[in-house]
Amino acid sequence: MAEAKKYPAPIINAETTHFWEAAKQGKFLIKRCTACGEPHYFPRSICPFCFSDKTVWEESSGEATIYTFSLMRKSASGPYAIAYVTLKEGPSLQTNIVDCEIDKLKIGQKVKVVFKPTDGAPLPFFTPM
Amino acid sequence: MTIKGKAYIAGIYEHPTRHAPDKSTAQLHAEVAKGAIEDAGITKADIDGYFLAGDAPGGTWPMVDYLGLKVRHIDSTDTGGCSYLIHLGHAAEAIAAGKCSIALITLAGRPRTGPMPPRAAGAEADFEAAYGATTHNAYGMCAMRHMQDYGTTSEQLAWIKVAASHHAQYNPHAFLKDVVTVEDVLNSPMISDPLHRLDCCVVTDGGGALIVTTPEIAKSLGKPQVRLIGHGEAMKGPRGGKDLDLTYSAGVWSGPRAFEEAGVTPKDIKYASIYDSFTITVLMQLEDLGFCRKGEGGKFVADGNLISGVGKLPFNTDGGGLCSNHPVNRGGMTKIIEAVRQLRGEAHPKVQVKNCDLAIAHGTGGLLGVRHAASTCILERV
Repeated sequence: MAEAKKYPAPIINAETTHFWEAAKQGKFLIKRCTACGEPHYFPRSICPFCFSDKTVWEESSGEATIYTFSLMRKSASGPYAIAYVTLKEGPSLQTNIVDCEIDKLKIGQKVKVVFKPTDGAPLPFFTPM
Repeated sequence: MTIKGKAYIAGIYEHPTRHAPDKSTAQLHAEVAKGAIEDAGITKADIDGYFLAGDAPGGTWPMVDYLGLKVRHIDSTDTGGCSYLIHLGHAAEAIAAGKCSIALITLAGRPRTGPMPPRAAGAEADFEAAYGATTHNAYGMCAMRHMQDYGTTSEQLAWIKVAASHHAQYNPHAFLKDVVTVEDVLNSPMISDPLHRLDCCVVTDGGGALIVTTPEIAKSLGKPQVRLIGHGEAMKGPRGGKDLDLTYSAGVWSGPRAFEEAGVTPKDIKYASIYDSFTITVLMQLEDLGFCRKGEGGKFVADGNLISGVGKLPFNTDGGGLCSNHPVNRGGMTKIIEAVRQLRGEAHPKVQVKNCDLAIAHGTGGLLGVRHAASTCILERV
């Protein structure tokens, strides 16, 4: 299991500062373009769909479903579940499913965001609801 | 403007080594270049274009200097394992435009001897790097979803490895020469669900090189003539997370572009070199290239359909990356080389496809489940 796992601190840059500052408050942000209306993740200042610079931060519900996953068994730090989850708001993202029996995971399962500490800003993970 | 028929592959060379702790990586590049030059029957001084990717130590000017080349065209496009398929297309473009007349493409490296240098981080790094995406689990996620959506099974995936092993038994240089069964694959340790150890390619040192030239020069060299008649390249990623679908690859775009340029269809292809980093890679590419319908790859590969002399689409008759060779963890080069061997009639007699006059070489680069490129080359014997 992942409890003792040490995660690297994200290197914060000007484009993503706000995301990591919000993470410190336990908020999981996505970006939405006010020109085309599309949400996206990971956050960019310019919309990857319509290329408008009218993108705004939006707090996600943090609720998602597992799109796919794989249980990595050949790992020095022990097995882990890498996954793509699809947020209630639309975007899918890469993550790990943590704090669970990974052998019981299923595609379509409901999960929610959980932050894990690093030496810097905390990192978002997902765990079964 | 088309590259159809504008460039011929006049020289090929695959390094016989699979483990080279006693050589430098630059040295392997020089050895494969020398091999391809000799195969083509040219001299190094004839080369006026050079194509290299991220495996070449130091990149453009260090490699040009090390090899002692004098070039008027250079291209260091790096798209991982399919770089060399893209290089072949780009070489044809450069030759058609008169920017060079004899191009060298090299690949070499030693991942079996030691770890490969890490790639530079992209903008996504802080949002993904901590989650431990590796080649194994990134492809595992594709396989997991393909099984979910289409009912693909581990048994079906195993048939791809079985077919490769049937070919590898005749390749004296193959890293793994033993024929394996579906049960052997299913009983091998699980690496990253649902991929077993035998669903994964080998890790080998080595390399390969190509000489690409004009029709006129190729005809003067007296080798069997093999030309590029269609080429496509494309890229795919999660693109902001919208409509994520890991069951298809960028091959759905590179393939049709290549077939259209060549003026042929998948039904016309006699032999297929398909990058086999994992069994799932092959299955998805067969679907994406149009050899079968989406979701029917499992049925297509079952019962030995990829075995030369047995099935309807002989593939990777050198044993591929699953059994023979996967130099630098980049499979594109060896895919082109075996396709040229088939078109020349120089494949091992046990796996040589009869009247092989049209072949495809196709590969992906990067991580299929994360961000990747794909490139397709249609090759014809003249």
